Amino acid sequence: MGRFLAHVAIKFALLMLASSLVVFALVSASPIDPVSANVGQAALATMSVEQRAELSEYWGSDTPFWERYASWIGALAHGDMGMSLRFNAPVEQVIAQRALNSLALMSLAWVASGVLGFTLGVVAGAHRDSMIDRFTKAYCFVLAASPTFWVALLMLIVFSVVLGWFPVGFSAPIGKAASEVTFLDALHHLALPAITLSLVGVANVALHTREKTIDVMAQPFVRLARARGQSNARVIVRHGLRNLALPAITLQFTQIAEIFGGSVLVEQVFSYPGLGQAAVVAGIGGDAALLAGIALVSAALVFGGNLIANILYGVIDPRLREVHHG
Amino acid sequence: MGDQMGTDAHAQARAHASGESHHHHTHARGSVHRQGCHLLQVEHLSVSFRMYETRGEGLRDFLTAPQSTVFAVRDLSVAVHEGEIVAVVGASGAGKTLLADALLGLSEPNARVEGHIWFKGQRCTARDLVALRGHGISLVPQSVASLDPLMRVGEQVRGVAASRADARARAQRQRQLFARYGLDEATARRYPHELSGGMARRVLLCCALMDDPSLIVADEPTPGLDTDLAMRALADFRQFADQGGGVLLITHDIELALNVADRVAVFDGGTVVEETSVESFRCEERLRSETARRLWRALPQNGFKVGTDA
Repeated sequence: MGRFLAHVAIKFALLMLASSLVVFALVSASPIDPVSANVGQAALATMSVEQRAELSEYWGSDTPFWERYASWIGALAHGDMGMSLRFNAPVEQVIAQRALNSLALMSLAWVASGVLGFTLGVVAGAHRDSMIDRFTKAYCFVLAASPTFWVALLMLIVFSVVLGWFPVGFSAPIGKAASEVTFLDALHHLALPAITLSLVGVANVALHTREKTIDVMAQPFVRLARARGQSNARVIVRHGLRNLALPAITLQFTQIAEIFGGSVLVEQVFSYPGLGQAAVVAGIGGDAALLAGIALVSAALVFGGNLIANILYGVIDPRLREVHHG
Repeated sequence: MGDQMGTDAHAQARAHASGESHHHHTHARGSVHRQGCHLLQVEHLSVSFRMYETRGEGLRDFLTAPQSTVFAVRDLSVAVHEGEIVAVVGASGAGKTLLADALLGLSEPNARVEGHIWFKGQRCTARDLVALRGHGISLVPQSVASLDPLMRVGEQVRGVAASRADARARAQRQRQLFARYGLDEATARRYPHELSGGMARRVLLCCALMDDPSLIVADEPTPGLDTDLAMRALADFRQFADQGGGVLLITHDIELALNVADRVAVFDGGTVVEETSVESFRCEERLRSETARRLWRALPQNGFKVGTDA
């Protein structure tokens, strides 16, 4: 157990180091000019060349790459992720605020798309070429081929604008004090983005699960179970689900990255103040510190998901259990 | 026609002389018709598939997508008596497994199965065959892959119980079977990947015997086993047959088949070309079909000769 934890910690540290380096290099290579980002383009245009040079020196834009990286990662190790330019607050504070909204949205969409997608996939795969299979396939192909932001816009138009069932945006009613926002308010605002994100996620999960179900149902042990007089439904419950658990877990935890990616678009369309929207604001607004911070947090999130999946593998599959010596 | 055949079989009941021909086959010494009928009788069984033809590449062929029917099993007849092992011997990949599938009602949805199957004198519809799975006819499959890798062996052998009392009865029967075949209690708690080849084979046999079948369809049960283990596997089938059961042993191994079976059905070109007693394989003259003679000549004691020239 101790060795396992040490192993995980080392892997996590390496992942963070590698992704921070990549993130930092990409941000450095981007056309974001620290001077103009901080001062503003209009203000910069009115300045003299001497003033610009002075500012440039103040912001340290001539400092070599490795030196800048070392100072950033050093501060990061102490929990200081820098100041967010756009939100005028420490990055860790912005992320913490936004993460709450995003986690609510993403976990809802994650669970809903997982459960719905798995069920649809199993039913479709077990009744291959039936009406329900054709319907599921058609639904999944259409949704998998539709851009997330477009689906979000469509949902917004239909359910918020035309039908008026849901608010058009934000995480709370406009003009209401934060202290007065009830849980139901929050849920009402969360619902449509979450449904949109789930709908899109279902396609991926269902198609993969369907494929796996067809694989499992063609296995020799399914043939033997049926040869022993077990009904199709019984075989699926007794052997199908058991053998689908592993691929389902893999799928479900890779889905975290998909959902995170989708949330960026969905939050933007619904003006939902989550991490995804913050990432868009940071990207467009040249907020390098916030952008880097969000990238690292998402990497950590995906790592966490994969770690849980790995632990669950061992619980489910006896062949993957670590052999304990002595 | 079916009823006619049934009464016909009834009329010809009781003992046949060894070598006497009826119902397309000659008998072995031990072949008996206890209920006045065969335990299993398959008549004119055909399994065919509709397939797209691949002959043309032009647009017209693409749009019309011409289909043709391909027969994998054609006009096959075979019978199993109580107390005997009938080996269906043929080359690998010749469609022997389709016969097992047809008997168990496990044919693929796109397969078209035609012909007549009688079990204990009753003509069987497709639905009857499904009902007979695990209730009269049991399958012993080829390999350990037929065990769910994620389920403990004991639980798999016990299978699905209808009630709590049934669950207790099944648990007891599983322990009895394990004891009979030298599998201990620890084995029941193992997963399939922890079994040796010999253990897996006995577990698969226990799965079949769990349901107390009258007929075992053994689909290539010996590949991957060394000669010693294969002989022991076949000895288990022999024991089952000697207690009054019937075994349809599907195999590509003529030597093993001649060692254990009472009768041999020679499978070639999707059908049984000759169904005869094992004794007929003592001398070439008693074999009627060319395929059977070719098999005979390929036996080690007859010079391993391969080819068509006599």
